[in-house]
Amino acid sequence: MPLDQSFRGRVYPPTAPYQVGREKVREFALAIGATDPVHFDLEAAKAAGYPDLVAPVTFPIAITLPALKPIVGDPELGIDYGRVVHGDQRFAYTRLVVAGDELVIIATIEEILSRGGHDFLTTRQEVQTSAGEPVVTVWHKTVVRGE
Amino acid sequence: MTLSVGEVLPEQVFRITRADLVRYAGASGDFNPIHWNERFALSVGLPGVIAHGMFTMALAGQAVAAWAGGGDKVLDFGVRFTRPVLVPDDDEGASLVFTGLVKSAEDGFATVDITATCNGEKILAQAKAKIKNI
Repeated sequence: MPLDQSFRGRVYPPTAPYQVGREKVREFALAIGATDPVHFDLEAAKAAGYPDLVAPVTFPIAITLPALKPIVGDPELGIDYGRVVHGDQRFAYTRLVVAGDELVIIATIEEILSRGGHDFLTTRQEVQTSAGEPVVTVWHKTVVRGE
Repeated sequence: MTLSVGEVLPEQVFRITRADLVRYAGASGDFNPIHWNERFALSVGLPGVIAHGMFTMALAGQAVAAWAGGGDKVLDFGVRFTRPVLVPDDDEGASLVFTGLVKSAEDGFATVDITATCNGEKILAQAKAKIKNI
């Protein structure tokens, strides 16, 4: 069943603030096998010019993907979650996330397409501090495989 | 150190096992069972447990950060997931290989095309990064 096209352009209210903790940055960096001390050691991070431990480049996904769940899972939109595949992912950085950030996300449905029996949903998430400073823009393309 | 057009960037290799998938699931909050439950993965038509696409992208991101001389030099980073990475239930796991080619380098910026393979097969397409090249 095609997705409800009327969702295109829909903008969602900002998410509840997410507090980026040092241990979360360390946990994520460890999980991806990162070795750069800027993710683990405060002195190394400060020596490299960061205000606190800096997160690896794909860390924002740990915040943006859970925030996408209620959007992609909205029954009105019509996505069968069992047939969802991650298509494309892109990050455009103003700066990297650092420990101590308090981040909110404003999501927009940028595109809804049907092609070759599959549906494609592209969301754009503006990740910013709760004070409104832009941090990173995240695009996520969800593919819903045809039956 | 700056990048030049046509430069081939040093290969980066990462080995991931089932245990790494579980650890990534916990760290990222993505607990989709196709990434840790063989029975579930098979039931939805997959050949077995596969790595999170975003785990593959995280490893590619480390390669890019290393080539760029730091994650803060990475301005834009995007990939398309084209082939799942099967992670066998053994101690060897899967080996992911990343190489880079500098496509442009001007005005203080460089663009890098990333090639990602597992068992010699490409797992990403349109994998690109824009880097501050100063």
